[in-house]
Amino acid sequence: MLQKTYENIDSIGRAILGIKAKDVHNKELAEVIYPDGQKAFAQVIALDGDQVTLQLFGGGFGVSTDCKIRFLGKPVQVGFSDDMLGRVYSGNGQPIDGGPELLSDMVRVAGPSINPVKRLIPKDMIRTGVPMIDVFNTLVRSQKIPIFAKAGEPYNRLLANIATQTDADVIIIGGVGLKYDEFHYFRQRIEEAGSKSKTIMFVHTHRDSIVEGLMVPDLALAVAEQFALQGKNVFVLLSDMTQWSDYLRQVANAQDQIPANQGYPGDLYSQLASRYEKAADIEGAGSLTILGVTTMDDVTHPVPDNTGYITEGQFYMKDGYLELFGSLSRLKQQVNDRTRPDHRSIMNAMARLLSEAEERVKAQKFGSVKDDYSLRLLDYRKTFQKELMDPFRYLELEDALDLCWDTLAQHFKKEEVGLSSKLIEEYWPEKGKFKILKEMTHE
Amino acid sequence: MMQKAKGKVVSVNESLVGAKTTEGSVMNGEVAYIVIEDGKRLKSEVIDVKPDDMVYLQVFEDTSWMKVGDLVEFSGLPLAVKLGPGILGSVTDGLQNPLYELAKKEWFLERGLVVEPLDTTIKWHFTPSVQKGDLATGGTVLGSVPEKLFQHKIFVPFSIQGGHTIEQIAPEGDYTVDEPIAVIKDTMGKSIELKMVFEWPVKKPMPFNERSVPVNPMPTGIRILDALFPIAYGGTACNPGPFGAGKTVLQHSLARHSQADVVIIAACGERAGEAVEVFKDFPELIDPRTGKSLMDRTYIVGNTSSMPVAAREASVYMATTVGEYYRKQGLNVLILADSTSRWAQALRETSGRKEEIPGPEAFPMYISTLISAFYDRAGIELLPDGKTGSLSIIGTVSPAGGNFDEPVTQATLLSTGAFWGLSRALSDARKYPAIDRIDSNSKYPSLLNRDEVSFLLELLRDGKTIASNIILMGEKGITDEAYIRYQKAELLDAVFLQQNSFHEVDGVTTPDRLRAMFTMVKEIIDTTVGVKGKEEIRSHFNFIRQAFLDWNYLKPDEEGFEKQKMKLVNLVKQREHVAENV
Ligand SMILES: Nc1ncnc2c1ncn2[C@@H]1O[C@H](COP(=O)(O)OP(=O)(O)OP(=O)(O)O)[C@@H](O)[C@H]1O
Ligand SMILES: [Mg+2]
Repeated sequence: MLQKTYENIDSIGRAILGIKAKDVHNKELAEVIYPDGQKAFAQVIALDGDQVTLQLFGGGFGVSTDCKIRFLGKPVQVGFSDDMLGRVYSGNGQPIDGGPELLSDMVRVAGPSINPVKRLIPKDMIRTGVPMIDVFNTLVRSQKIPIFAKAGEPYNRLLANIATQTDADVIIIGGVGLKYDEFHYFRQRIEEAGSKSKTIMFVHTHRDSIVEGLMVPDLALAVAEQFALQGKNVFVLLSDMTQWSDYLRQVANAQDQIPANQGYPGDLYSQLASRYEKAADIEGAGSLTILGVTTMDDVTHPVPDNTGYITEGQFYMKDGYLELFGSLSRLKQQVNDRTRPDHRSIMNAMARLLSEAEERVKAQKFGSVKDDYSLRLLDYRKTFQKELMDPFRYLELEDALDLCWDTLAQHFKKEEVGLSSKLIEEYWPEKGKFKILKEMTHE
Repeated sequence: MMQKAKGKVVSVNESLVGAKTTEGSVMNGEVAYIVIEDGKRLKSEVIDVKPDDMVYLQVFEDTSWMKVGDLVEFSGLPLAVKLGPGILGSVTDGLQNPLYELAKKEWFLERGLVVEPLDTTIKWHFTPSVQKGDLATGGTVLGSVPEKLFQHKIFVPFSIQGGHTIEQIAPEGDYTVDEPIAVIKDTMGKSIELKMVFEWPVKKPMPFNERSVPVNPMPTGIRILDALFPIAYGGTACNPGPFGAGKTVLQHSLARHSQADVVIIAACGERAGEAVEVFKDFPELIDPRTGKSLMDRTYIVGNTSSMPVAAREASVYMATTVGEYYRKQGLNVLILADSTSRWAQALRETSGRKEEIPGPEAFPMYISTLISAFYDRAGIELLPDGKTGSLSIIGTVSPAGGNFDEPVTQATLLSTGAFWGLSRALSDARKYPAIDRIDSNSKYPSLLNRDEVSFLLELLRDGKTIASNIILMGEKGITDEAYIRYQKAELLDAVFLQQNSFHEVDGVTTPDRLRAMFTMVKEIIDTTVGVKGKEEIRSHFNFIRQAFLDWNYLKPDEEGFEKQKMKLVNLVKQREHVAENV
């Protein structure tokens, strides 16, 4: 196709450029050519007569009216080949690990959704070794689920743990707005775990332009989808989608879009959804699981709020613990009836008692908690937190379930826990016979 | 006859495309196809007609690779749905393309793909009910074909007006929806050929023959609804809640267990996986009321969150139109729309691109009008043959930040007859369904009688008051009497209002069983407990709760059901008036 070059740039914004041009396609890829011959990518995002609006991958800084725009006659694509495994790429799709550029097939980015009838109902548990996940909010193959946490919580460590401790065929890391040390951390963990040869990283750091950051999830997911179509079970890690949403807000504002909530564009939900919905267990092929990070201070903030409406639950991390309340795996019921017969019931019983304990915590502020049962609830809550909520304590599911029984027996009488007599008979540990918990003796 | 217009694209902004017509006249709401470079035809709808031959189109597909100057072919016809036998049991996208058929062509939902909505290869066994020479007009029944669970009436299209006579009618036999089955003639002698299928514009409510008020409760199998916050045949309900509070689980439960003849699920802008669960599970599930597959009474229209946003609106209206059509068949239809907020957000996106003046949270000003007009399509219809049909609509709302004080929740509240507000506190405490026991309401009659409902609500309110006293003053700060009342309220919640949707037995409660459970609950509440001391009282109710839950999980015809019931009764009676006997 003939590539046309235009010179009459009308306007340059933070990440947006306006130019007059003809015969341009919506979403076409273009190049900004600087007077010194340097190049940067851009993409058409709107057309109005001969007025073309482009999104600048390298940002607007340094772009001048004597730059030229060349339309490349193709959409945004990303390379795809097995040789990408072990490599690191930028939000431009260019290698940044000093290795050679690869000759690979190009695949489309942000393509259409898979036909829902091609989706399988998710049914395979992913064992993570994290009790709060395996017991209470079981992770399921093809799930899309973020970690909600304040900035600074050890969420990347948990992401790396899950990615390396599970049985993924391919791991794709999409880093958006990563700090250099975070990038380095991921790389190191992957190498230590010997997973490098099954991992691809797409990395955007704070020094790169925001539009490149916006591209990272799309590139990561497009490549992941190809592996999944080839039959691989792929894990995609996206950190941090709050950064990503902020970039989206900046670009929307630069286009004078009417904001919906707190300056975020009205399509934030659809934008996030079209990425997270790439997660799928595909009939006759592999699967794509997405684990994200959504940093937040308050769940009602538009980013975690919209994310929660899209993902299949969330893991809520606070003060280094994985919380029970606020966390949810919506797919857990697909699998937790096929693990161990007591799994569902003990999960519910533990949760119910913990929520009773939380009531007592409220009441404690009024100094009104004095009765024996309430005090035992509060003790139970302490044990629960210490023994089960640590995201970095590795326990097999069965051990974690035994630990739950130990914890109940430590603090309660059989009839207080609301479990069926049948289960109690089978699993209730007598004092002195705890399997996991170190028994505490009361004087 | 209007001449079909042609035009050219002049602007592209995501799903909003501006075009200038070069010939013909344009109707607001008509369908137009934009022909892009590779020859694909992208479906769109005219949403604004402006001076100087400008029109605005909302495109139902991805607009990538569109160019200024691309050809626009107007159809002259509004966005319509095809109505006829074969809809039940099917799964389509928001534009009525059957998903299983699309999947035979491509794994992905490639744009520009279209498939006939109704299978044109199925032969339906048609039995005529009119004769040559009979009078006919829009809505006249020409005959019927068996469709899944019932006789599907074949109508003269509702759009046909004035007196006609039957000129030809097909004899009893097997026909596809493509074959003509009748010819009618108007008074001027002009004849019209009719098939078993016709189109109706989705945004135009089908006129009621005669409308009546919803008064009969529709059993849903969900105890808290049937007892406290019922929905009626022909009624409407607003179900808002923060993410993860249980809207979709409730909708799926309603889809399975409601005593409706036809259930239409409009999966609007939500997760694809949730729709998949329904259409892959339902064919395997047997509906105990009919003995047939649950899918036989179900139609699913899915425009999930990653499908083109502009088609969300179409999907909601399409579901409604299909619902109105089955109501005209004399059936009780239930529409489940999850989530209406996604539709409202789609309108917001388009409105923003059109640079309309935004209302609160940037939703367009006219959002409340659209919402009330949508719920107004529900209702009871008295049909010409003396039968009744009904259409009920239950819509979920996904308010930003879980705050009900936002435009979509508020507009929906005003337009519906029942309000099921989901509470984060309840869902965190795993007290499902997390429908707020105090703030929810319904204007429809319950399966219980009025006094019984007040009896339960009063206990719940007392329980809430005592609970806050306990927090303030501790268990020791309240009397044993108040503590017993509190334990009764907690018990009512635990064994009657809470229900595990995923449990085969507990997940659905028939009206008979609801009655039996209520009687038991009432017995417990009415029994004076003679136990003294908080620890003792709590333990007493723990035993009752456990026995009651065990009973809930047993089938009435299962061994041990009666025994468990006796055990429960004994537990309740055992400690009665203990104090007096001491
Ligand atoms: N009746 C119930 N019984 C048992 N579990 C339930 C029930 N209702 C909800 N849940 C639990 O809550 C989870 C979330 O429910 P659901 O998906 O219906 O939320 P939602 O309100 O539709 O959220 P969103 O707005 O994000 O779609 C379910 O996956 C399930 O684990
Ligand atoms: Mg939902």
